[in-house]
Amino acid sequence: MIYEEITQGSRTRRTLSGAARVLLELRIDGPLVVGLSLIALYGLVVLYSASGQNLPTVLRTVARLVLGTIAMLLLARVNPNFLRRSTPWVYATGCVLLLIVAAIGHVGMGAQRWLNLGLFRFQPSELMKLAVPMMCAWYLHDRPLPPGWGTLTAMGALILVPVALVAVQPDLGTAALIAVAGALVIVLAGLRLRVMAGLLALAAAAAWFGWSFMHDYQRKRVLTFLNPQTDPLGAGYHIIQSQIAIGSGGVFGKGWMNGSQAQLEFLPERSTDFIFAVVGEEFGLLGLMLLLLLYVFVVGRAVYLATQTQDTFARLLAGSLALTFFVYVFINAGMVTGLLPVVGVPLPLVSYGGSSVVTVLAGFGILMALYSRRKLIGS
Amino acid sequence: MPAVRIKDHWREQRLFDQRALVCAAVMGLATLALIARLFLLQVSRHEYYADLSQGNRVRTEPIPAARGLIIDRYGELIAGSQPAYQLELVPEEVPDIDETLEKLVQLNLIRAEDVDEIGRTIDSSRTFDSVPIRLRLSDEDVARFAVHRFEFRGVDIKTRQTRWYPNGNVAVHALGYVGAISEQDLKRIDRSAYAGTSLIGKLGVENSFERQLHGVNGSREVLVNAQGRSVERQGAFVPKLQSKAPLAGDDLLLSIDLKIQRVAEAALAGHRGAVVALDPNTGDVLALVSLPGFDPTLFGQGITVAEYRALADDIDHPLFNRALRGTYPPGSTVKPAIALAALTYHAVDPLAHRFCAGSFHLPGSSFIYREYHNEHHGAVDLDDAIARSCDVYFYGLANELGVDRMSTFLGKIGFGQPTGIDIGGEKAGILPSREWKEKTFARPVDRVWFPGETVSFGIGQGYLTVTPIELAHYASIVATRGKIWRPRLVTAYRDPRSGELHRIAPISDGEVQGVAPEDWQRVVHGMIGVTQRGTAAAIGLHAPYTFAGKTGTAQVFTVARTDKYNASKINERLRDHSWFIAFAPADAPRIALAVLEENGGAGASAAAPIARKVLDAYLLDADGKVKPSS
Repeated sequence: MIYEEITQGSRTRRTLSGAARVLLELRIDGPLVVGLSLIALYGLVVLYSASGQNLPTVLRTVARLVLGTIAMLLLARVNPNFLRRSTPWVYATGCVLLLIVAAIGHVGMGAQRWLNLGLFRFQPSELMKLAVPMMCAWYLHDRPLPPGWGTLTAMGALILVPVALVAVQPDLGTAALIAVAGALVIVLAGLRLRVMAGLLALAAAAAWFGWSFMHDYQRKRVLTFLNPQTDPLGAGYHIIQSQIAIGSGGVFGKGWMNGSQAQLEFLPERSTDFIFAVVGEEFGLLGLMLLLLLYVFVVGRAVYLATQTQDTFARLLAGSLALTFFVYVFINAGMVTGLLPVVGVPLPLVSYGGSSVVTVLAGFGILMALYSRRKLIGS
Repeated sequence: MPAVRIKDHWREQRLFDQRALVCAAVMGLATLALIARLFLLQVSRHEYYADLSQGNRVRTEPIPAARGLIIDRYGELIAGSQPAYQLELVPEEVPDIDETLEKLVQLNLIRAEDVDEIGRTIDSSRTFDSVPIRLRLSDEDVARFAVHRFEFRGVDIKTRQTRWYPNGNVAVHALGYVGAISEQDLKRIDRSAYAGTSLIGKLGVENSFERQLHGVNGSREVLVNAQGRSVERQGAFVPKLQSKAPLAGDDLLLSIDLKIQRVAEAALAGHRGAVVALDPNTGDVLALVSLPGFDPTLFGQGITVAEYRALADDIDHPLFNRALRGTYPPGSTVKPAIALAALTYHAVDPLAHRFCAGSFHLPGSSFIYREYHNEHHGAVDLDDAIARSCDVYFYGLANELGVDRMSTFLGKIGFGQPTGIDIGGEKAGILPSREWKEKTFARPVDRVWFPGETVSFGIGQGYLTVTPIELAHYASIVATRGKIWRPRLVTAYRDPRSGELHRIAPISDGEVQGVAPEDWQRVVHGMIGVTQRGTAAAIGLHAPYTFAGKTGTAQVFTVARTDKYNASKINERLRDHSWFIAFAPADAPRIALAVLEENGGAGASAAAPIARKVLDAYLLDADGKVKPSS
């Protein structure tokens, strides 16, 4: 695509072309940014209600969004080749940080996840959400695809080491997401179907094995998922209340700030992991469909961008980032609606708190960098 | 050696595109699954979840009805209501009830010894009802709890009406008291009607008229959050909530005349005993005294186990309602009844004199029946025998009448049966008879009626027992010459909203049949003689009205027949009980009463002066003149 300077034509046309030039200069993708902005804006509106009309909460989220946008803009300008070359270092740094967390990290909410860096606390596991797919893509970059057994084994190790470190914090949700991000790279690389089936069997065995290592609360979550009514006031409470919230919202919802489940705090974690239920209660089926539509648009655009990249590293990484974003949305929506077990996965760009907003936007920054520099490859 | 694989960028791009397409398809399916799920929740099952959400946020809170007031016959307040703070607990909202109670004990908000009882009450309450666990908190208690409130999920301070007795323990045995609803109360009341009510009548009028006093509780729907705390609004929306106003309980108008009640209590103060004064023309209870009493407010405040034990274990038994439940031998107060029986059965010539030499020999027996204090009355007729309470005369009369006729006649004028007063807890005295003895005793030798027992019966000793109210009832029957009115404490209900008074008609239990008017007159004359020249002449002195009376001395302790009864030598608790019955004015009685002073000694010296004070208070105005009858 070649952008020509437009010197004549209508004012609107001139403005649009001007915006396009700015975007090009910033190396960001217009449709993607519009989609992300709409989700973030929608999220802020919902958060104001879900937090019990708490403006400071909304402002803190705005601050995080600004931080994430800066990260996105910066990363979008990075040369993909530089990104690829530095990948092993990023990965290694992440692993070292995870080890440090395991040794001295700050314990919060019963889990050791945080590193206190003085000015702010930082979750190395968030970094690994990006570093693991990067490492996988880097590893496959120079190897023939689809990957052979040896390659797979090596990648299995690359994925499982950080996943294990995160899982013992214990943060099962993030560990699973990191594993998924890595696994998606392999899937996109063209893993053969029978190998995939074999790996699924292996995963089932691992799940059984993992069961014996789970903390009580983690096991409880799995059991409650299988039958929430067994413990309506305990572990099943979350799922039951979120289904009541969504179901009572109906098609049109109870209206902004009128969701009794959310406003009267029957819905636990209403502004964080269960904010999807607030959308369902207050804006109904239509509100949820709008949100899903925005997510699908963003994911679709991201996948399209991934297919337009021109080298293995870029393709695999971009594809993985796009798909991972969908996985976040699906796992969160699935757990809130009772399709999936309750795992602590936030709804990207909408849930309050954590560094996940920054990570998600940083991921899209990388994705844009990979896309916008595609013409440089081989030139 | 495996063939070297060469990267084929074009093939990899195609492979990637393929995979991306597959992934997009999978994502599409996942999204469809999600939408299907949303459709199920929000469209198909919307009604179901909407109901659940409504049930979540709206809770029905009871509004207790104001308990009716109790006032005396002239409108003076006897029992009212007062607002007070109390600690309440909603069982289903408390994570660990035992631990919570434990912590409240540590904060000194409930007492360790009450924990078991509170626990039982909580167990038998509905889990979503607020259960009072401590009544009447002091300001200091309220402040102490407020500081720790956040530690006590499901526990809160509520303002509630508690019972207030402005006169303290005056008339407590008529009034009864209210106390916390106990596990036992819960078994007999409709729990839903009592949701929100913390106090229930336990005895007396408070208990027997609980239904009228309680009223109908109202309710209102309140918005609650997940912690069960009531909140004003949710978000920007204020929902429409239903409420139902409570209906206050009826006020009760008692027949009690607080002035008479106070005079009677003051006169008996310092002693154990009872005074029951009736209006013989209606059965209205003018005074009902049983001493010692207790402060009824104590129970409404949440009496402690220690305080309760102190009352229950008191040697004077303040909780015991002597007036209704205390049974004592009537002593000589029974003599007018025996005389009436003898007259009615024509077993005696009232004008014939019998000679009293201080003792009576039952024909065919070596047993000697002594005159009280070994007096010698000389020649006495019936009138004299009543006035001077000649035992020897009545020993003979009883012997001639026989147990069967005495028993039958006394039954007709109320002996041996409850009077039917409109509060519960009344106990009947014993009216002995051959059948009674046969029914009551196990050993064959005890089941036979002995002639000697008939003789004791004639002067109100032996098996015959009465309660003070029974004796007052008997006095009022004699006063009206045979009309039987059922004693009553409550004369009217008043609707607190309209102020409308619903009077209750007095209940007649008929008339004593078969007694000739002149026989009534003879006996009444004898009783007037008691207060003018007989055993109670001293207290009848200078009375501006004529009154009829009869003293009685009930033996507690049998003195060996050879010994003289010497009151000062005998332990105070083994002394004779002192009785006096009276009605006045004798020709048109307006008041009839019975006074009992436990271990007071002779009737004339202890009980009779008390009776005189009560009669004076009722019949005389401030200048000491007899008030005209209303």
